[in-house]
Amino acid sequence: METLPILELRGVSKNFGTTLALHNIHLEIANGEFFTLLGPSGCGKTTILRIFSGFERPTKGEVFLNGIEISGTPPEQRQVNTVFQNYALFPHMTVRDNVAFGLRMQKRPKEEIALRVAEVLRRVHLASYVDRMPHQLSGGQQQRVAVARAIINNPLVLLLDEPFSALDFKLRKQMQFEIKHLQRQLGITFVFVTHDQEEAFAMSDRVVVMQEGTIAQVGSPQEIYEEPESLFVARFVGEINVLEGRILAARGNGVYDADVEGMPFILHSRREFEEEEAVKVLLRPEDLKVYLEQEKALPPPFFLGTINETVYKGATVDILLTLDNGKKLQAAEFFNEDDGDITYRPGDRVAVTWVEGWEVVLNEEGE
Amino acid sequence: MATNHSSRDSLFRTFSIAGSWLWLGLFALLPTVVLLLVAFLDRGEVGFFIPSLTLDNFRELFGPVFLSVLGDSLRLALLSTLVCLLVAYPFAYALAKANPRRRPWLLLLVIIPFWTNSLIRTYALILMIGAQGMVNKLGLALGLIDVPLEILYTDFAVFAGMTYTFLPFMILPLYASMEKLDPSLADAAKDLGAGALRTFWHITLPLTLPGVVAGCILVFLPSLGCFYIPEILGGATNMLLGTFIKNQFLVAKNWPLGAASSSVLTLFLVLLAVLYRFTSRRVAANMPLRASRNEE
Repeated sequence: METLPILELRGVSKNFGTTLALHNIHLEIANGEFFTLLGPSGCGKTTILRIFSGFERPTKGEVFLNGIEISGTPPEQRQVNTVFQNYALFPHMTVRDNVAFGLRMQKRPKEEIALRVAEVLRRVHLASYVDRMPHQLSGGQQQRVAVARAIINNPLVLLLDEPFSALDFKLRKQMQFEIKHLQRQLGITFVFVTHDQEEAFAMSDRVVVMQEGTIAQVGSPQEIYEEPESLFVARFVGEINVLEGRILAARGNGVYDADVEGMPFILHSRREFEEEEAVKVLLRPEDLKVYLEQEKALPPPFFLGTINETVYKGATVDILLTLDNGKKLQAAEFFNEDDGDITYRPGDRVAVTWVEGWEVVLNEEGE
Repeated sequence: MATNHSSRDSLFRTFSIAGSWLWLGLFALLPTVVLLLVAFLDRGEVGFFIPSLTLDNFRELFGPVFLSVLGDSLRLALLSTLVCLLVAYPFAYALAKANPRRRPWLLLLVIIPFWTNSLIRTYALILMIGAQGMVNKLGLALGLIDVPLEILYTDFAVFAGMTYTFLPFMILPLYASMEKLDPSLADAAKDLGAGALRTFWHITLPLTLPGVVAGCILVFLPSLGCFYIPEILGGATNMLLGTFIKNQFLVAKNWPLGAASSSVLTLFLVLLAVLYRFTSRRVAANMPLRASRNEE
């Protein structure tokens, strides 16, 4: 049984003058979901958020909130609240007045406001800061006030516009955790905008990757990372090696004989390919296996190449190498107890392969 | 070498600061102090004043003549300040919200009048509102009026002249405070359920208050003390504070009384300056630079 999406875009386009910011977007967000709009700047993700909040009207198409068409409803009449990128705390009001603002606009009784403000501030661990002014708070505390000010109104959907961009690395990690935790507790739908794929993956149930005003892919973080539907998505969500290939024969059940960079490999894919079709084989650095050439135990097929450089990253080592046909690859290996020595010297001869089935095969249109 | 450089820097600083203090002391503080002293002296038969201390001048200020002059002046100054504020606020708002490419041109329109001396512009107003002026000619030509309107040499002419002359002084500080206003604050208020009116009342107005106060002071004070606009545009009947002071010095040759009334005006200025500091400090204390928000 399909439940009604809490938020839905139907064929939404948006023009700013002559520039097309969004093109025919269809999107459904389920109730209680942590949904992230991911993409480079200018891809339209912030425009979608502003259409949700009501600060932009779609040029074409419809917006539904809880089943009701709202594209003409002004922001102040939508049961949706926003955590702004720079928090937009009212500088002339205390933490209490900032957080109470929404309830005051609803003309709630004073006692109820006081109670709910105290409760929501306790929830974000700011109970003792009620009388501070925003500028007396740290970045993380301001962030929490912005969240408290939004969730106190019990919105159907909470919109978060790159809320962590002003925080340093460690605090960002902590706030990500807190926001995720808060979302689970409250059960409210969160729609999150970011250009940081790691942040998107860490927090979201589902991610939509945007590209120049269109949807490139929607799916769980794992689907997006492991089964990208285009080269753009693959590149945007992490490092990727792209190998040139050609289908030789279809064995059925999504198994193909193929020529990859001049070597015969078996490829697995749910996609349909024809014989002689040119394909791209996508492999994450951590999918590649690198062995010193002397270890002859390796069964074919594999590539031969030369180490250019290794980069120590703490938990992993990045290995940059060049295949004998000139193709440059990047591999990543994890340190583990059994295999203590994964250090290579520039110039070392190596054999490279991957675990069969971990590759993503795209046709030429996947560009 | 470095110390030499910095000591030269500090020498330069000492001189430039001392220079401006000297200037202010000589041409601003000293005359004010002298004026204040003269206000407590007696009127001389031959000279400008005689060195005998008295409070008579201030006693005279509390007489009906001066009080009615002061009342008229205050009323007119308050009215022109209010009208300037009501006209300038939406104008400055539109200016701050205008397309960044068009904004310098709009600002230029506000500033252009400063290129002509305001005395000359006041005379120019006579050509506009006189019995044979453009306003009347246009009104007669269009059949809007049958006889020329009597605008020149009335209180209304003085009021119009002041409003016209001092309007830019209201617009510029208002524009400055609105331009600094972060537009996402108004968005946040709307997002939290405030309509346009309540957003203005709770967010925009309180945060632009320093501009309002600064603009009001910059219009109110010159309107209160201004003498050439009422002299040129006003009738013979109503005397305003500026004219009163000028007359004491130049016509009645009563320097002590002129000094006393002028000191009262200065007192207003000081009071308003204190008020401004108070409000702007209150708001400024709560408005840190945007960069410092990111500090943890």
